[in-house]
Amino acid sequence: MRKKHVHMYLMLIPVVILFTGLVFYPFIEGIRISLTNWNGYSRTYSYVGMTNYISLLNSRLFKVALRNTFIYGFGCTFIQQVVGLAYALFVNLRFRGRNLVRLIIYLPSMIAGIIMGYMMYGLFEYNRGALNDIVRWLGGQRVLWLEDGNRAVFIIVLINAFQFVGVSMLIYLAGLQNIPAQIMEAARLDGCGSWQLFAHVVLPLLIPAITSSTIINLIGGLRLFDLIQALTSGGPGIATHSIATSINYLHFWSENAGGAAAAGVVLFVIIFIVSATTNTLFRRKEVEF
Amino acid sequence: MRWGKRLLVFLTSLLIIALHMIPIYITVVASFKDIRDFSSKWVLPQKLVLDNFRMAIHDGGFYTALVNTGLITALSILIVVIVGSMTGYVLARLDNAVTRVVLLATLGVMMVPSISLVVPLYRTLLLINGINTYWAVILLCATYQLPLGIFIYTNFIRTVPVALDEAAEIDGCSQFGTYLRVILPQLGPVTASVMILSGVKIYNEYVFALYFLQSADRRMITTYVSSFFHEVSYINQASAAALLGALPIIVVYLVLQKWFIAGAMDSAVK
Repeated sequence: MRKKHVHMYLMLIPVVILFTGLVFYPFIEGIRISLTNWNGYSRTYSYVGMTNYISLLNSRLFKVALRNTFIYGFGCTFIQQVVGLAYALFVNLRFRGRNLVRLIIYLPSMIAGIIMGYMMYGLFEYNRGALNDIVRWLGGQRVLWLEDGNRAVFIIVLINAFQFVGVSMLIYLAGLQNIPAQIMEAARLDGCGSWQLFAHVVLPLLIPAITSSTIINLIGGLRLFDLIQALTSGGPGIATHSIATSINYLHFWSENAGGAAAAGVVLFVIIFIVSATTNTLFRRKEVEF
Repeated sequence: MRWGKRLLVFLTSLLIIALHMIPIYITVVASFKDIRDFSSKWVLPQKLVLDNFRMAIHDGGFYTALVNTGLITALSILIVVIVGSMTGYVLARLDNAVTRVVLLATLGVMMVPSISLVVPLYRTLLLINGINTYWAVILLCATYQLPLGIFIYTNFIRTVPVALDEAAEIDGCSQFGTYLRVILPQLGPVTASVMILSGVKIYNEYVFALYFLQSADRRMITTYVSSFFHEVSYINQASAAALLGALPIIVVYLVLQKWFIAGAMDSAVK
């Protein structure tokens, strides 16, 4: 450490204090609590070793939540990449009103997940839901949209993808606008059709955008909480729980703070592994121009 | 463009706009209807009823929640900008073991979902008397938004020529002085992006509000809205509350749309 850089290191003190005090210390504390039978409020508790992890892995709640967490994470990410890229290609065309289209697609991501959940509840609700009104106008029977577990999981994926597809769209739009016009020109002169142009020129050059969009969406989907809380609170039964909502459930409703802390550790490990893997997979495919 | 293609683009635009407006549309319709009006949410109200909004504002403490959220958001953003730009400056200019550890830590924090730490965070806040206080939630919101700010600032400051730092140093500036007088004044546009991106997240913060600001007079917008859906009330009033909660951020978004779009595009290009 050269003396010359003393000021530089001093400038790192605030971030070190915040990260240590409010992330790393709690993280270690979380691992410690996950090894106890603390109920969330009493003064005493005792160490129980890996018991919380073992009973968590054996519980039906965790199995359902784990499956759903992956469905939410990968399902939303997949839809957002496909639709987001399609939207980006669309608003990248030159036409009047494209700024308005862009503005409206990105708008839902301004709204809190919990508020979006309540707004969508009005659409998917059984009795007076707007979607069931359409079903009945068309002469059908009302559908249990959110009261059927598997269907509800699917609807939650759709809603979250719908809400944040604008984020992916803007990332892809930035990527598209970064592709130099000469490259497109050259490819066209070489006789590329539009599909070939897209598959062999545009897509490879978009890989950095695909990487950041995919990772952002994966992290967002795997930790999904507010939307589920608003729409189903994990129900019917436990069918739509994610690991995130089951942390809340274990902590508040089962007075099992040790188990909730263990689930928190597991959730972090999952997100860490998934995003690190995705990152290395995609970085290998990047091309230079 | 040919005529046919133009029509297709127009219809597609219309379809996309209609699709993305559905949740807001049905919420607006429900919020202006009388609670005894059982017509479909697609059908506009016969007459505009304002009672739901009156209820949502007076009975639920809308203004309190708005002020709380505004205060928390503003102060958290301030911390993100100050700490984020300072850290970003150091990370952009120094490359050694210390800065690499900080960079790695930042990446780690970005991946930690706050919900996974609520149990230990509760104990941590007990330790520092932070339960049910604004300052604790402000620090939490700032800390969990910092990684994004740090990355954006680091990337931007890397593009600022080092020659400027050296010139300042020759003129007798300390390194902190260089940050303050040379670097900080150039961060205007990128600071707008950081403020917008973290501001939206903090305004919409739910987990910290739910766990650490539980008393009714400390509610944030998100917990204010969810109180209408949890406690027994009419869907029309709850819709009015949801709309009121979303309205401030939507208005800011529409007014500053260019900055919001630019900010979102900034966040991705690395």
